[in-house]
Amino acid sequence: MLRFLLNRATQIVALLVIVSLIGFFVLNLIPGGPLAQYALDPGMTQADIERLKEQLGLNRPLWVQYLDWAWRLVRGDWGTSFRDGAAVLDVIGGHLMATLLLMGSSTVIAIAVGTWVGIRGATHRYSTFDNVATIGAMVALSIPTFWFGLVGIYIFSLKLGWLPAGNMYTVGDQSLLDYLHHLIMPSIVLALVHIAVWSRYMRTATLDVINQDFVKTARAKGLSERRILMKHVVGNALLPMITLAGMQLPAILTGALVTETVFTWPGMGRLFLDSISYGDYPVVMGLLMFSAVLVIFANLLADIAIAIVDPRIRLS
Amino acid sequence: MNETTHRRGIGRREVLAALGIGAGGLVAWNLLGRPDRDAGPSAPAGAGTSRDGLDQVIVGLSQEPTVFNPLMVHGEVDDGVLFSMFDALVRMDPDGILQPNLAVEVPSLENGGISADGLNWRVRLRDDVRWHDGKPFTAEDVKFTLELIVDPAFRAWRTAGHTLVRDIKVVSPTELTWRMEEPFAPYLSFLTETFIVPKHLLEGAADRNAGPFNQSPVGTGAFKWGNRVPGDHLQLVANREYFGEGPYIDRLIFKYIPDVTVLYTQFKSGSVDLVGQVYISPDNYDEAKKLPGKVVEPVLGSSVESFYLNLGRPQFQELAVRQALYYALDREAIINAIYHGVHALTETFMPQQSYFYNPDLPKQTFDLAEARRILDAAGWRPGDDGIRVKNGVRLAFENSTTSGDHLREMVQQYLQQTFREIGAEMTIANLPPAVMWGDFWNQSKFDSVIVGSTYVIGADPDVTNRLHGKSINAQGGSGSNNAQYSNAEVNALLDKGARTFDPEERKAIYFRVQEIVRQDLPLLPMFQYRNVFGRSAAIKGFEANSNTRTESWHAAAWYLADGRHRPDAEDGPQVSPKKEG
Repeated sequence: MLRFLLNRATQIVALLVIVSLIGFFVLNLIPGGPLAQYALDPGMTQADIERLKEQLGLNRPLWVQYLDWAWRLVRGDWGTSFRDGAAVLDVIGGHLMATLLLMGSSTVIAIAVGTWVGIRGATHRYSTFDNVATIGAMVALSIPTFWFGLVGIYIFSLKLGWLPAGNMYTVGDQSLLDYLHHLIMPSIVLALVHIAVWSRYMRTATLDVINQDFVKTARAKGLSERRILMKHVVGNALLPMITLAGMQLPAILTGALVTETVFTWPGMGRLFLDSISYGDYPVVMGLLMFSAVLVIFANLLADIAIAIVDPRIRLS
Repeated sequence: MNETTHRRGIGRREVLAALGIGAGGLVAWNLLGRPDRDAGPSAPAGAGTSRDGLDQVIVGLSQEPTVFNPLMVHGEVDDGVLFSMFDALVRMDPDGILQPNLAVEVPSLENGGISADGLNWRVRLRDDVRWHDGKPFTAEDVKFTLELIVDPAFRAWRTAGHTLVRDIKVVSPTELTWRMEEPFAPYLSFLTETFIVPKHLLEGAADRNAGPFNQSPVGTGAFKWGNRVPGDHLQLVANREYFGEGPYIDRLIFKYIPDVTVLYTQFKSGSVDLVGQVYISPDNYDEAKKLPGKVVEPVLGSSVESFYLNLGRPQFQELAVRQALYYALDREAIINAIYHGVHALTETFMPQQSYFYNPDLPKQTFDLAEARRILDAAGWRPGDDGIRVKNGVRLAFENSTTSGDHLREMVQQYLQQTFREIGAEMTIANLPPAVMWGDFWNQSKFDSVIVGSTYVIGADPDVTNRLHGKSINAQGGSGSNNAQYSNAEVNALLDKGARTFDPEERKAIYFRVQEIVRQDLPLLPMFQYRNVFGRSAAIKGFEANSNTRTESWHAAAWYLADGRHRPDAEDGPQVSPKKEG
């Protein structure tokens, strides 16, 4: 176990260095940068822009900028945003809750509905339900989420007036009910794709298990179908889903780029988009490192969880 | 400026394409006969008594205001917040006339605020102004502000003009003087966008580029800092002690809605009371102006769209070619067919709302026959492929603009055809914004571009930076004269204009500059931008000011038709409302 953890730790550090290197240099390859937006400001002279470049340290060689950034990070200084001058961790923290709320609720919906649809599809294979679920999943996977989002806004906000057209809350209200009201549409729209993915995996996993010998044995013992399903089939079918959940976990915190834009949700996805289009290098790098750590951590968590749940697997 | 606003995440184009896929579904939905509803029950009931009973206006912006230290480098979108929270010494009114703000009078030659040689300035200040934290505002704050801008460690915004200021002396808490290194008339206009910051809060700060002030600023303006939810909205609250007019609303909210389509949708549904930058897209104008309960109107911006030529190219050096191309520019068709009739024809770089706008310039007409005649007369003969040639120079050139701007791309395709008809070959070569407006633009590496530019700075008519021969980067100068235009008379006039303080005298100078530029045609003016402003009809007291960069330049005067703090009708809107409590 200790060797496993040590091994993993080395891998993690190497991975983080590589991710940060690639991220930093690719980011700087994008033409423009944080001062490009002032190129057409009639009152800003070229000299003004050069002065700002120097003040921000952007005129130094790229490797110096990288080492400076990395050294600060190692000492716990994530830097400050070019855009609003706030500490990067504060910027990330300010968007984290919104994303957690949206992604959390949509993931709960997706897992609950997806698991149910998957299991029912497997136990009632090729039934009308199964066929509809299969087609539905394909449709949900092939149509971009922003289309669902815009159509949802058109129908439920503009035509019916049942749901708000976006935002996380009404300014000046912000009651729990208000949050929930605003949460309905984006979380369902976002869940659609995840339900599709999750239900397909769940269906396959259940089918794998359902024909195994131990299920036959259980049936031979005279257990009720319900008990077989709940105790023997689902329990085993969920094992591969832990890995999938592990892969999904970082997304819960890094947000959904498109859905957050369509529903004007002030989450991490939009922060990422805005920071890139502004050239806010410190925040983009911060987000990159944050999500890299999350991915690594979630995978580690999934591996450990599987080992705990499934005694046949040993970590080494 | 238009460039920066044209590159957002999901564009209208993608959205439209997506809606195209779903159009069948949407049409089917309409066939069900659902009545159109403009505001659902979930939307606040118009502008804007909020659920807690306070009068508020929600301004929707498609970019996020993030810079709240008004002296630090910031963009257009921050202006709405800065104008609401801070005051400058003087302000520019919608007619382009300077008005006192923190100063009691606009310094001029007549009142002795500016010496005859333009070198010595004296500003007298109001004595009834307090910072939002209650401390009195004094001349020390002004001195501190002007010095901070030129502090080499400070990430200041525009420094032009400020770098000429010397020997700032505080004569009394309400008076200060300084000396200018050289006479510089535009400085007065620059001061309209130089907001004064509190010395007592910034002087002791360890790092003036960062710190608490930037996150919760303190100004003297009609609105005080409320709170900010990054990525979502920012809330300002009324400063009931404001020395000037208003405010008549309790809360001013700036809401960030990154997608322009969604911003418009939220305006329709009533979640946004007033559409700010980047306003309503021209193709939504026809629908928007019919919306009940909304006031939708195109308002002149300061940006002028032009077919901008690089005079360094042999094709464009001859005036006849530029004249012929101008005749081949079907501007009315472009404005009406592509821009839904929103924008305004113009013959000059000077915005029409400016005090210095010359309305008497010759009007261009679309006349292909005349274009051909001019080229024939100048000796440009059609070659075998129909493209004209003179002295071995083919009348062929590239045209570039920001790629992905589909309206401009339509303009380019249209021009390609009409130019072909007079024997000129135009090739479209568009670039992503950051490449387009980098060295390619600054170092005059283009043949021709389509660009929307603001030529004047802060409503001052000085265009030295754009049209003076010394402002050509490609020839070792410094500025933004990327057309490489140089005319001795214009150069002399611009030099004179920058040293002349009398508005009438300046008017004559800049009228003449516009005349010459119209003759020389370094740029072929296409139109002056109009921004489609939209607001709830419940908002009163709103006035657009095209001499500023923001719709929210004077939110202090806004009030709600049924609001709690309406300005007393009998005394007119100049009188402050009854103070609360």
